[in-house]
Amino acid sequence: MIDRYRAIQAVLERVDPDDLVLSTTGMISREVFVTNDRPGNFYMLGSMGLLSSFGLGLALQFPDKRVFILEGDGSALMSLGTLPLIATESPTNLFHVILDNEAYESTGAQPSISSKVDLDEIAKSSGYPQVAKAEDLETLEAALSDCDNNFGPHLILVKAGIAPIEGIPRIPYPPTEIRDRFKNQVLQGGTGA
Amino acid sequence: MDSAAFWSVLKSRGLNFFSGVPDSTFGEAYNFMVRDPEIRYVPAVREDVALGVASAAYFAGGLGGVIMQNSGIGNIVNPLTSFSLMYKIPVLLVVGWRGYGGPPNDAPEHWIMGVKTPEIFDLLEVPYQIMEPVSLESDLDVLLARIKNESVPGAFIVRSGMIS
Repeated sequence: MIDRYRAIQAVLERVDPDDLVLSTTGMISREVFVTNDRPGNFYMLGSMGLLSSFGLGLALQFPDKRVFILEGDGSALMSLGTLPLIATESPTNLFHVILDNEAYESTGAQPSISSKVDLDEIAKSSGYPQVAKAEDLETLEAALSDCDNNFGPHLILVKAGIAPIEGIPRIPYPPTEIRDRFKNQVLQGGTGA
Repeated sequence: MDSAAFWSVLKSRGLNFFSGVPDSTFGEAYNFMVRDPEIRYVPAVREDVALGVASAAYFAGGLGGVIMQNSGIGNIVNPLTSFSLMYKIPVLLVVGWRGYGGPPNDAPEHWIMGVKTPEIFDLLEVPYQIMEPVSLESDLDVLLARIKNESVPGAFIVRSGMIS
């Protein structure tokens, strides 16, 4: 098990200024915000399950940019059909990280079904060319290094512990500000497909 | 009107990035789009997934399209309200209107949504236009102007038999 905020730190340490980072609703976006708030972050405040398809669209529109999707097991399970769609479209620049704590932690840690479901195996059978499962920080670091050496789409399943950060703030920006600064960042130096 | 003319009008407005779930309302027009090398089409597994994919076009300075049957409106209410309308991320919905006119038209599964389709868009305050072949270009331009000026999603509703 890896504390989720440590896993988020490990991913964000690999992020370059031009990369796009999308985070799902609830605690994951708040932890991304406190770890490294940057204009290229898109905080999905609501619409649970939508993040991966939005990320797919961005990866197709901006093939020269790396697109990181950070979502939870609940979000991934809600849009399970998006996994084979991503694999079918196969954008090489997409990095899909599922932070799997086997719970709906943001709403009070109700158990999810992912304790009995191997999301990495689902990703493999969906056709992701690069799939890794990380249960400790060393494996996660190795998986992230592998991403640099191989074409995606990549999927990294991180088995995360439930370790809430006390007093973590909500995202302070209005939705349209999240949109505008993200759009400005996307259009800087990037070329639309 | 024929499929080529319909898509020619949409493409001339810069609409060339679509995702969706097929509907027989569009008939051959859907297949025409899938085959058209000038349109990038992503075959979504659900309508909300199509909305997520298509919305990315806005960030490249364009406008994405979702093509779908009206029975899929239920699948996009959440992302319409807590994504498209909340962030003000525009997208064009091209919606096939099954069950138009209510029972006994069309199959039973389309009766309720067939009647409720415009009411749902009214309730959500999503602007829409009902396609008429004789005024396709002007109707579409009115809708696209609202989508752009208000930065909102908008629906272009197509009845059966309008495109062949």
